[in-house]
Amino acid sequence: MTSQTSSQGIRITDSVAENITRVEELAYELKVEEVMTAQLKIFSPDDQMNDVYETFRDARISGAPVVENNIVIGVISMEDLMKCLKSVDLEAPVSKYMSRLPVTVRGSEPVVEALKLFVTTKHGRLPVVNDQGELIGIITKGDVTSGLLRALQRSYQEEELRRYRASHLFEDINSDRTSLILRYHIKPRDFTHGGTASSNIKRALLRLGANQIIARRCGIAAYEAEMNLIIHSNHGGVIRVEIEPHQITMRATDDGPGIKDIKLAMKPGYSTASEEIRELGFGAGMGLVNISRCVDSMKLDSTWGKGTVLEMRINLPASQSGSDSP
Amino acid sequence: MNISDIIVLIDGTLISTSTNLKREVKGGFGADLMSDVLATIQPEALLITGLCNPQVVRTAQMADVAAIILVRGKIPPKETITLANQENIPFISTNHGMYEVCGRLFKAGLPSLEQQILDGSCGCEG
Repeated sequence: MTSQTSSQGIRITDSVAENITRVEELAYELKVEEVMTAQLKIFSPDDQMNDVYETFRDARISGAPVVENNIVIGVISMEDLMKCLKSVDLEAPVSKYMSRLPVTVRGSEPVVEALKLFVTTKHGRLPVVNDQGELIGIITKGDVTSGLLRALQRSYQEEELRRYRASHLFEDINSDRTSLILRYHIKPRDFTHGGTASSNIKRALLRLGANQIIARRCGIAAYEAEMNLIIHSNHGGVIRVEIEPHQITMRATDDGPGIKDIKLAMKPGYSTASEEIRELGFGAGMGLVNISRCVDSMKLDSTWGKGTVLEMRINLPASQSGSDSP
Repeated sequence: MNISDIIVLIDGTLISTSTNLKREVKGGFGADLMSDVLATIQPEALLITGLCNPQVVRTAQMADVAAIILVRGKIPPKETITLANQENIPFISTNHGMYEVCGRLFKAGLPSLEQQILDGSCGCEG
C-alpha cells in the first residue's frame, strides 16, 4: 500500500544522476525559491481537522504547513489526516495531529539542499522560509522535478539560439569581405592549460555552423600548433584565427627561438623536444606532419633567433558559405 | 557495443561523473603518443592509453573520441578528471594492461579505428 506514495516522487539514484549531468548542474544553480510553490494553503494550529480534510480534497494537495505568528510550527500531511479519519476525530484541532518542529529549507539555498533533505529526512515536502524564518512557500519532489525540467528546456533553447544566431552571423552582415577574428595568447610551458585555446576554437566553429569534420580538422591542427608554442617558444605566442565564409585561416606566431632547419622539422619523427615533454605524450615529431594532413595548405616561416610563423588554411565547402552568393 | 558493455568487459571503473553510458562506440584505438592519436584515430573511437595528464582529454576532445580508458590502474590527477567532466567525455580506469584491454575488446568484436597512413615513414631510419 506504500506503492502509491513511492511512485509519486521521482527517485534520483546514482546511476540516473550520472546520466543527467546538466540536471545535476542545475540542481546547484537553481534556488529553492525558483521552483517552490509560493501560493499555498496554510493552517493555524487551532483549525479543525475537518478544514484540512476539505482543503486537501478541494485543492488536491497532500500536505500543508501549520503557521502561528508567521512562524512554521508544524506540517500536516495526508498521513496525519488518515490517522485522524481512522479515529473519527475530525473535530480535533490541527495541533493534535500535525508533526511538530518541521525541517525547513531556505529559499535562497540551491535546490540540491532540498534534495538532500528529502533523502535524509524521508519527508515528501518541506516548508520554505526566508532568512528571517518566515514561511514563503513549500517544496515537494514534484516541484523539483518540474522546475528542473523547465530549466533544462530553457538552457537547451538558449544553446540552440546561440548556435542559430552565430551560424547566421555572416548572412546578417553585409560587406565586401566579412571575417571574424579570434585571438588566443599561449603561455610557454603551461601544460595544464594546453589545448584550451584549440578547444575554444573548435567550439566557436561548431557554433558558427561548421560541420563536424571541418571543426575536427581545425581543432587538431590548432591543438598541435598550440602545443608547439607551449613546448618550444621562448615567451609563448599568439594563435589568430580568421573565419571567412569561404575559408578558415589560423596563424600561430612566436618570437623565438625559431627553427634551424625547416626541412628537417617537417620530417616525420624528427623532434627536438625534451624527455619530460615526451613523457606528456608529445614531442613525437609528428606535430607539423599532422597539421599538414589536417589543413588544405600550410606555410611555415621561421628564422633562427627571430621567431616562427605557421599559417594554416582550411577551405570551406561552397554550400556552407552560400549566403553571399547572389 | 556501448560504454556500459565496455566497462564490464575490461573490469573497468568509471571515474568521471558526466556520462551517457548508453553511447555507442564504433571501435577502439590504443596509443600513448598523443600525436599518434591525433594523426590516425577516426571519430567516435574508444581511446585506450596509459597517459593520464589533462592533454589526454584535450586530445580526445579534438579527435571526437567517445570515451577514454586508462590502463594499468593509474590514478589520473584531479585536473584530468575535472576536464573530462567539463567536456563530458567518459573516463574509465582499469587494472589491466594495454595488451589485455585491447585483446578483450577486439575479441568481443570491437574493431580497430586506426587509420593507416601510407606515407608514414616514422623518421627512425634516419
